[in-house]
Formats: sequence, C-alpha cells, structure tokens
Amino acid sequence: MDALLQFLFSGLTVGAVYALVALGFTIIYNASEVVNFAQGEFVMLGGMITVFAFEAGLPLPLAALLAILVTSAIGVALNKLAIEPARGAPVVSLIIITIGASIVIRGATQLVFDKQLHRFPSFSGDDPIRVLGATILPQSLWVIGGALAVFVGLWIFFTRTLTGKAVLATANNRVAAQLVGINTGWVMTLSFGLSAAIGAFAGVLVTPITLVGYDVGVALALKGFAAAMLGGMGNPKGALVGGLLLGCFEALTAGYLSSQYKEAVAFIVILAVLFVMPQGLFGRKSTERV
Amino acid sequence: MTGRKKWISLGVLALLIALLPLFFPSGYYYRVGALIFVNALSVVGLVILIGYAGQISLGHAGFAGIGAYACALAPEHLGLHPALALVLGAVISGVMAALIGKPILRLKGYYLAVATLGFGILVSMVLTNERALTGGPDGMNVADLGLRDLLRDMGWRLSGGEFWYMVCGVVLLVGAWLALNLFDSPSGRAMRALHGSEVAAATVGVDVPRQKLRAFVISAVYASVAGSLLALQNGYITPDVAGFMHSVEMVTMAVLGGVGSVLGAIFGAAILTLLPQVLTVFAEYEQLVLGLVMVLVMIFLPQGLLPSIARRLKGRDE
Repeated sequence: MDALLQFLFSGLTVGAVYALVALGFTIIYNASEVVNFAQGEFVMLGGMITVFAFEAGLPLPLAALLAILVTSAIGVALNKLAIEPARGAPVVSLIIITIGASIVIRGATQLVFDKQLHRFPSFSGDDPIRVLGATILPQSLWVIGGALAVFVGLWIFFTRTLTGKAVLATANNRVAAQLVGINTGWVMTLSFGLSAAIGAFAGVLVTPITLVGYDVGVALALKGFAAAMLGGMGNPKGALVGGLLLGCFEALTAGYLSSQYKEAVAFIVILAVLFVMPQGLFGRKSTERV
Repeated sequence: MTGRKKWISLGVLALLIALLPLFFPSGYYYRVGALIFVNALSVVGLVILIGYAGQISLGHAGFAGIGAYACALAPEHLGLHPALALVLGAVISGVMAALIGKPILRLKGYYLAVATLGFGILVSMVLTNERALTGGPDGMNVADLGLRDLLRDMGWRLSGGEFWYMVCGVVLLVGAWLALNLFDSPSGRAMRALHGSEVAAATVGVDVPRQKLRAFVISAVYASVAGSLLALQNGYITPDVAGFMHSVEMVTMAVLGGVGSVLGAIFGAAILTLLPQVLTVFAEYEQLVLGLVMVLVMIFLPQGLLPSIARRLKGRDE
C-alpha cells in the first residue's frame, strides 16, 4: 500500500508535466488545428534559460519570469515565421514543419548554451514530506500544484473572459469567428504565446527534479502528444486527465512490472483506448463533412 | 502515368545509378551512394503509403528495425543465410503491418500519427532493452552476405563500397519499378482514390480498409528490406535504426522530394542523405540547417522539391 502510494506520487509528478505539455498542444490545436511538435522544446527552453539566467546572478523568480517571457516570444515567432506562412498545408506538412522547428530550436539552444545537463535548486528545499508511509518531494507538490493552477486559470480564461471566448469561437469555426469580428490571426498569435509560456512554466517547475538539457524536449513532446490524444485532442480537461493518467501508468508499470518498458505500457494503454474510443476519452464524436 | 513515362523515369534512374560512379573521386562516394539508395528504397515505400493512399506513419522506422535485426539475429540464432534473413524480416514486417494495421488504420490524421508513433517506439524499445539478444543500445554485428566473396571467386573483384553501391542500386530500381507499376494498377488507382476522399472512394466501390491495409503492408516491406540492406552493408546495427528520428527522417525525405512521385521521393532521399555529409564541416550548425531546410521547403515548396522544379521548368507557375 505504501509502495502503491509512492508510485502514484511519482506518477502524478511526471503526469503533471505531461499534462502541462498536453495543455499546450490543446491550446494551439484549438486555435489553428496544428499539433505543435515543438511543444517539448518550450519546456526545455523554460528550464535552460532559467538555469543560465540564474547562474548569471539573477534571483530565481526573476530568472524564471525571464525564461517564460523569452519562450513565449519564441512561440510567437514560431507562429509568425513558420505556421502562418504555411496556412492550409496538409497535416503531414504541418507535422514536418513543427518537427523541423523543434530541431532548429534544439540546434540553436545547443549553440547558445551547451550540451550539458543542468539543474537549479528546488523552490522550497529537498526534505521529503512523509504522507501515509510514503514520501513526496516539496518540488513535486509545486509541479502538481502548478499544473492544477494552470488548468484552473485556463478554465477561467476560456469561460469568463471575452478573449478566451474569442479563442473558443475561433476553434469552433474560424470563418464564423472572423464574420463576427474576431481577429483570428491575433488569436493564433496569442495561443502560441500562451502555450509556449505554459511549456516554459512546466520546465521551470520540473527542472530541479528531472534536470534539463538541450535534448529533453523530444521525449516530452511525444508523451504530451500521446497524453493529449488519450484525453481527446483539443479538450483541456482531456489534456489534464490524459497527462496524469499517462504519468501514473508509467510509474505503476515501472514499480510493478518493468522500469525498462514503462513507456511501452503507456503507449499500449493509449493504443487500446484509441481502438475502443477513436476520439480519445473526452473527444467529441464528429462526422466528416464531404 | 502512361507506360512510356514510367519507362523514361526508370531509364533516367538506371542511367543515373550507372553513370554517377564515373564522377566519384574516391571510394567514400560509393558508400554515400549506397546509403542514398537504401534511404530512397524506404522512402519509395512511404510514397505508396502517404502519396498514394494518403495515410501517415510516424513509426515506419520500426519496420526498418525489424528488417535490420532479422539480418543480424537470424543468421546467428537460426543459422539462416543473411539473404534469407532479409526475406524473413520482410515477411515478419509484412505480417506485423497487417496485424497492427487493421485496427490502427481506422484512425485518421493525428490519431493515426500517434498510433504509428507508438508502434515505432515499442519496436525501438524492445531492440534497446533486450540486451541479451540485441546487444542493447550498443548494437550488434551483422554477418557478411558472402555474395562479394562469391563474385571474387568468379574473378570479379569489387571493393565493399562498389559492391553495395551496385546491390542497393539494383534493389532500388526494382523497388521503384514495382511502385510505378502499382501506381497504374487497379489497386494503385483504388489507393489513390482514398487520397482524394475516402467517402467518395467508398461510394464508387473501393474497399477502403482493404486498400489502406495493402498500402501499409507494402510500405512496411519496403522499409524492412531497406533496414536489412543497411544492416548488411554496415556489418553493424544499433537500435537507432528504429528510432523516432529515423521515422521522421523518412517522412521528411518523402515529402521533401514530392510525396506523390517516386522519382521525387528518391530525389528527397538523396538531398537529406547528402546534407549531413556536407554539413559535418559545420558540425555545430548541422541540426540548425537541417531543421531550417525542413521548414523552408514545406512552406515555400509544399508540393516537394522535384514537382515544384518540374512545374517551374514547364512554366506553369501556380
């Protein structure tokens, strides 16, 4: 029982990171129907820039803020330079464009910074907290809390603010949104900035636990993509649940079955879900119009 | 594509393969050439899947991995001749594609992408983790094909580079010939009908799931044979051959050259194989440039390089 709780704690921690990546996917997908494979790079940038700003003498909160701002600027640039010019391209082209962009970001990071692994200190110390016979790191609480806070913030943004509703309207029907006066180009820019900021925030939260290096983004993007699909693409609730579930699958597999095949089991579960529910857990059923 | 055009395409390809060595200043170029042909072979397979049938796969390197490791494992454990191991790998890949393709191909777009991605990751994970069998991340040796020694006994002396250049070139020609034949066959036409609209294809009597599965199996066999050739040629193989980045590379090559055309795909394979060779001079910038090329081509030449160039030459700008 203690072991189970222990596995769940670590599962929820990584799961929260996957959920944040998946939320990033969701926001961009809703605004533009693009799955942005560079989403993992945003997480990496968040961690890397914080590390180097911190080591250059900035206080940690300021370094983190700087990282989030710079990363959102890069997200906006990605939209302006690569996604908007390719409007209307088929899915395969869009996948290649965003993967290409992720390779560019990785290459540039490696040039600007380095190829080493880095970390910075945890926000509130490294003394594990005992809960019912299991332990959890304070930083894990930061990660899980951060993911929940982002989710709630997004929920409020989408349901209570005009801007958020404009994003939803664009997601629902681009042309109709334009007709009622929504600047859909601006909505897309906002979405890329927002989702890059969320990715960078995830990177800031998790770096003290998992370390950061220029190439950690690929795995995160794949997991976040899988989590978003599991939950149902385009659904923020699905992204949160999908991410947390994926993290828990992995942790339980690693604990009870095999640590080598933890990712395999996660993917098998996802495939199984997709076979039964091809739209994911919370996805809307849609009929294709001809 | 008319019969005549098909033979012209094949003729041009054969001529290129035959004449290029005249310009090779050193043996190293044969190696690069053979590598291009191997990549081109798996990319021709993807043309059938993506270009003809309109389905995406982000896990095709998984099949290349199966082919590669079949050639590494079967001679050692089953005592099979490496050439037979290649066939065995192709059969395993085909059967596996048929089994997983049935449920997976019900999915569309990004869902299909994540499902195939999952398959590729599973294969590369097995290859990495089953250390006792595959040597883990360090990889394993692959037995020699033995054909070169046979040729030498017959009095035909070839360097390793020359030999593999020829073998891979011939296999690529055969692969391209089969793919071009498929293009015009009833099956190929049915596949291409899917690309336009699956619903429309179904209403004119195309068995949609069957044609999708057929394209998936055929492309898997292409990838598997390419993986086998790569393993045999290098005499050594690591799980990277089945990795996600290799899958992405394959799709990029296909789309870069022009996913609707076999020749275009071969062209794309040639460029993306050559690029890193050229860029090693600027090793630091290799990733940066590679990524930029991917992005820029997709934005400015969405039809792919070769079709866009061809159109421009014909003066039919869009």
